[in-house]
Amino acid sequence: MEIRRNGGIPVAHLSAQFAAWFAGRGWQPRAHQLELLAHAADGRSVLLIAPTGAGKTLAGFLPSLVDLSAAPQRRRGLHTLYISPLKALAVDVKRNLEIPVSEMGLPVSIETRTGDTPQNRRQRQRREPPDILMTTPEQLALLLSYPDAGEFFGGLSCVILDELHALANSKRGDLLSLGLARLATLAPGLRRVGLSATVAEPDELRRYLMPQKPGEEVLSDIVVAPPGATPEIGILIPGEKAEEGDEARIPWSGHSARHALPDVYDAIRKNKIVLVFVNTRSQAEFVFQGLWRLNDDNLPIALHHGSLAPEQRRKVEAAMAAGTLRAVVCTSTLDLGIDWGEVDLVICMGAPKGASRLAQRIGRANHRLDEPSRALLVPANRFEVLECEAAREAAIEGAQDGRVSRLGALDVLAQHVLGRACSSPFEPGELYQEVRAAAPYRNLSREDFDRVVDFVATGGYALKSYDRYARLRANAPMTGDMRLRAASPGVVRQYRMNVGTIVEAAMVKIRLVKSGRRPRGGMGGRMLGEIEEYFLDTMKPGDNFIFAGHNLRFESLVETEAYCSRAEGGDPQIPSYYGGKFPLSTYLAERVRHMLAHREEWKNLPRQVSDWLRIQEWRSVLPGVGDLLVETFPRGDKYYLVCYPFEGRLAHQTLGMLLTRRLDRAGARPMGFVASEYSLAIWGLRDVGHMAERGLLPLSDLFDEDMLGDDLDAWLAESSLLKRTFRDCAIISGLIERRYPGQEKTGRQVTFSSDLIYNVLREHEPDHILLRATQADAASGHLDVARVADMLKRIRGRIVLKRLDRVSPLAVPVLLDIGKEAVHGEANEALLSEAADSLIEEATRLV
Amino acid sequence: MFEEAQTLSKDRLNASPVLRVCGASLTVLAEGAIWWEAERLLVVADLHLEKGSSFAARGIALPPYDTRATLARLEALIAGHRPSRLVALGDSFHDREAAARMDDGDAVRLARLTGATDWIWIAGNHDPVPPRRFGGCVHEELNVGPLTFRHEPRPAPATGEISGHLHPCAAVRVRGRRLRRRCVASDGTRAIMPAFGAYAGGLNVLDEAYDELLPAGRFHAWMLGARTVVPVAAHRLEGD
Repeated sequence: MEIRRNGGIPVAHLSAQFAAWFAGRGWQPRAHQLELLAHAADGRSVLLIAPTGAGKTLAGFLPSLVDLSAAPQRRRGLHTLYISPLKALAVDVKRNLEIPVSEMGLPVSIETRTGDTPQNRRQRQRREPPDILMTTPEQLALLLSYPDAGEFFGGLSCVILDELHALANSKRGDLLSLGLARLATLAPGLRRVGLSATVAEPDELRRYLMPQKPGEEVLSDIVVAPPGATPEIGILIPGEKAEEGDEARIPWSGHSARHALPDVYDAIRKNKIVLVFVNTRSQAEFVFQGLWRLNDDNLPIALHHGSLAPEQRRKVEAAMAAGTLRAVVCTSTLDLGIDWGEVDLVICMGAPKGASRLAQRIGRANHRLDEPSRALLVPANRFEVLECEAAREAAIEGAQDGRVSRLGALDVLAQHVLGRACSSPFEPGELYQEVRAAAPYRNLSREDFDRVVDFVATGGYALKSYDRYARLRANAPMTGDMRLRAASPGVVRQYRMNVGTIVEAAMVKIRLVKSGRRPRGGMGGRMLGEIEEYFLDTMKPGDNFIFAGHNLRFESLVETEAYCSRAEGGDPQIPSYYGGKFPLSTYLAERVRHMLAHREEWKNLPRQVSDWLRIQEWRSVLPGVGDLLVETFPRGDKYYLVCYPFEGRLAHQTLGMLLTRRLDRAGARPMGFVASEYSLAIWGLRDVGHMAERGLLPLSDLFDEDMLGDDLDAWLAESSLLKRTFRDCAIISGLIERRYPGQEKTGRQVTFSSDLIYNVLREHEPDHILLRATQADAASGHLDVARVADMLKRIRGRIVLKRLDRVSPLAVPVLLDIGKEAVHGEANEALLSEAADSLIEEATRLV
Repeated sequence: MFEEAQTLSKDRLNASPVLRVCGASLTVLAEGAIWWEAERLLVVADLHLEKGSSFAARGIALPPYDTRATLARLEALIAGHRPSRLVALGDSFHDREAAARMDDGDAVRLARLTGATDWIWIAGNHDPVPPRRFGGCVHEELNVGPLTFRHEPRPAPATGEISGHLHPCAAVRVRGRRLRRRCVASDGTRAIMPAFGAYAGGLNVLDEAYDELLPAGRFHAWMLGARTVVPVAAHRLEGD
C-alpha cells in the first residue's frame, strides 16, 4: 500500500499542452489531480476522496486524457470506462469533460451509453468503441454478456467509478463488483479509480476497487483531498425570534414542518438560489404548495422529484442551470453531484437522518472550495431539534456515518452467472475464483456458488424434474467439453430483457383531463408524471390529491393511466408514497443519546426543547448513554409501555412486532403498538410495569436477544413483507421475468403470481437459495434486524424501568402518532370479516 | 387488536352462511371448494395441475411443487368431508402433456385420491380429454338434482349452473384498505367457482368477461379469507 500526501508532486506528468490549458483558465492543477496522474503513471489503482467542487471528476479523467493525447495515431479500442449511478450524471460529466477536450483540441472521442441510447448507436458503439465511454452498472453488465466482450474490453486501460460511496453497499454495487471482477480477467492491466465523497470507512471502498485474493485483503491506494471550508449551518427555530409570550411553538410530533414555512419563504427571498431538500416525495408536494401559498412576490419556485415526468424534470434542471429560478423543492434526486449553477443556500426540511447525507446535501451549495457552504436545518418536531443539532455538530467536525458492509446478494450473483453464460462457455471452478475476487463475494462458499449455478441452470430444486429444461448446458459433452453455456438464444434474450437490480414499484401515469369529461382511449391530456400503483389503490374516483404541484381530482383509471382533473376546493390528500424514507443513522442516534444524557450540551438547544428535557428529568428520568429507558403508565382504560431505543422506525417496528408477540405469550394482553424514529409505544390491558416489578415478567427476559430466533422466524412466516421482498429477488435472479418482449407485465400481475410461488416454495423447500436471499434482504433492508440485535446487546443489564402515573413529556410525541399508522398485515383478516358484518343479512336475504 | 381478530373469525366459522343456488344449499369452504351436504358432494374447479412445469418448459423454472401443493389441499378436504362424490370442474390439467410431466410420486397420490371416492373429471378447455391413467370418469357436463356442473359458464339465464373457467376474484375496500381475494361469484341462479390450483391467478368479477353471466350489481362475491368466507355485495366491490 502506498499513500501519497499532498504537496511535493512533480508537475512533470502534465504536458505543456495541459499546463497551458490550466493556465489559460486561470487555474492551478490541484495537488490531488497531480497525485492521480502520478498513480496512473505507476499503473496503480486509487480511491480519491474529495469534497464537492474540488475538481474530482477532472482528476479522475486527467490521466486518461494525457495518455490518449500522447498516442493519437494508432487505431484504438475502448480506453477508459466511466460508470455513474445516474444516467443524468453520466450525461452531465460528458458535457463537462468535453470542455477541456475541445479547448485543447485533443483527438479523444467521448460517448455515453445508457438505457436511452438508441439501438443503432449502441450497435455501432460495439463495433467502433469510443476512447471514453460513460455508462451505468446495468449497461456494463449488458456489454459483458455479448460474445465479443473479451475483444471489446481487451484493451481497456482504466475504469472510473463515480460517486462510489453511493454505489457500493447496495445490490447495484454487488452487480458492479461482479462486472469489475470480470473486467479484471478480460483486461488484466486494468487500472481502477474510485471517486467518492468523504466516508467513515474508506477501506471498504478501497477493498471494493481491488480484485481480492483468498484469505488476504487487498486495498487500493488512497488520495484524500483537503476538505473544503467548514460549512455554516443554522437551525431554524421559529419560537426563538418571536416576542415573549408569542405562540410559535415547535411541534411535539409530525414531519410536515408546516410551522416553519413562513421563515423558509423568508430565507428564499433573502438569497439568490436556494435548494430546499425534503425527505419524501409527499413532503416535497406539501412544502411546494405551502410555499406558493405564501409567495406574494411571485418568486420562481420549482419542484423536482423522481415521480415527475422526465421532460418536466429536464425543464426545471435547465432553468436551474440558466439561473432563472430562485428555489427548487427537491428530494434525494438532487443529492448526487450534478452541477446546476450558483446555489447559495441549502435548506433541509425535517431532520437529515444521517451525517453523511447532510454533508452531501450541504455540498450542493456553493461549488467554490474556499468559501463555506451555507445550510439551514428545519426540524419538524422536538426530537428532530435534537437530531438536527447532532447532525450540525457532526457536519462541522466533518464526521460521517459508519455503515455495515454487506455480503454480496445471491440473487444478483444468479443474474451475473446467467450473463456470464450468455457471453461464452465457462468452467464453474474458474468462475468461482473470479467471483471471489469481487469484494462483496470474497467469502462466498463453493457450496453456495454451486447452488446458485444450479439455480440458474434448472431452478435448483431438490425435486430433479427440470433437468430437461435446463437454461445452462454443457458446451460439447461429446468431446468432453463440460463448460457451461446458455442453452438457447431464448435464454440470452431473456437475460438481456431482465438485466439490472432495480425493481420498480408498478407505476401509473397521471394525465390531466377536463373535469367530468369521460376520457376516450388514447385521448388523454398532458402527462404530469408517474405515481406508484398502490397509492392509487387507496383512492376512489372523486378523491383529491396533490401531485406535481397541482391539486388534482382522481377521475378514473384506464389501463396504466390515471385520468385526473383540476380539483376545486375539497381536502386534498397528499400522496403518501415512498420515495426516500431514510432511517436515522446509527451514528446520529448515538450522538442524540449522548446529548440527552449530558446536560451541558443542552445550551445549544432552543429553550422550548431544553425545558421539555428538564421537565422530563423531573417527572421521569433521562436515560444514560448506554441505557434503555422503559416507562409504563395508565391512560384511558389501557396501560402503555414506552421505550426509547433511538434506532429508527424500521428497527422499532421490528422490535414492536416481536415484543407484542412476547407480551401476548406472557399474558400481558397487548393490543397494539406504534413506532417512531426515536421510540416505541405498546399498549394493552395489563400493566407491564407492575408485572415487571412483581417479577412476573422481568424486563431482561422481555428484551432478551433470543427474540431474534423463533419469534422472528414465526413473525416473518406470516408477514406480507417477505412476499414483496421475494418478488424483487425472484425478478433479479431471473426466476420470473420483469417484462416480456413487446409486452410489459403490470406490477399487479407479477405480485400476484410471485406470492403464489412464494407460498409453494416456502412450504416445500424452505431452505431454497432464493428464500435465503429473500431473508437476507428483509433482515437488512426492511427490518433492520442487525440494528435491533446490536441494541439488545447494548442494553443488556441496562434497562431502566420508570413506572409513572401518567404520560411523560418524552412519551408525548410517539403517543400523538397513534392512529396515524396503517394497520398491519395480520389485521387484514379481521378487516375482511368487517366487510361482511353489515352484509351477511343482506347476502342471505337475497335468494 | 389481535384477540378481537381471532374471536371474530371463530364466530364466523361457526356461522358460515349458506349459499343457495336454485334450491340447493351449498357451503362455500375457505379452501376454495363448494360442499353440497345433501349429496355429500365436493366441487373444485381449475386445478391446473403441472402449471409449474409448463412454465419450466418455456424457460421459467417455477418451483415444481404446485401439483403436490394442490393435491395436499385436496387430500385434506377429502379427509375432512369424506365426500361420496367429487367433481373437478375442468382445466384440472394445465395442458395435454401435464400427465406425462407429472412426478411419479404425485401421480400415485392422485390415483389414490380418485380411487377413494366417486371421482368425476369435467372436460375443460385446457384438458378437453383428461388423461385416463389416474382413474375417475370423464363427463362433458353433469346433472345432479337442480344443478348442472360444467367447465365454462354459459350466458344468462342460468338454472343451477356450477362452473369454473374464469378464476373469479374480488376486491373490496375496508377502512381505506384494499383486500383482494379469490371468490365464488353467485346471483342465486349460478355459481362461478374460483381456481383451486396453487399457481392459478384470478380475474376480477367486475371484468367485462362476466357481463353476460351475472346481473350487474346484483350478485355476491363470496370472498375467501384464511379461515372464513365472506359474502360481499357486488356494489361494494372494486375493479382492478
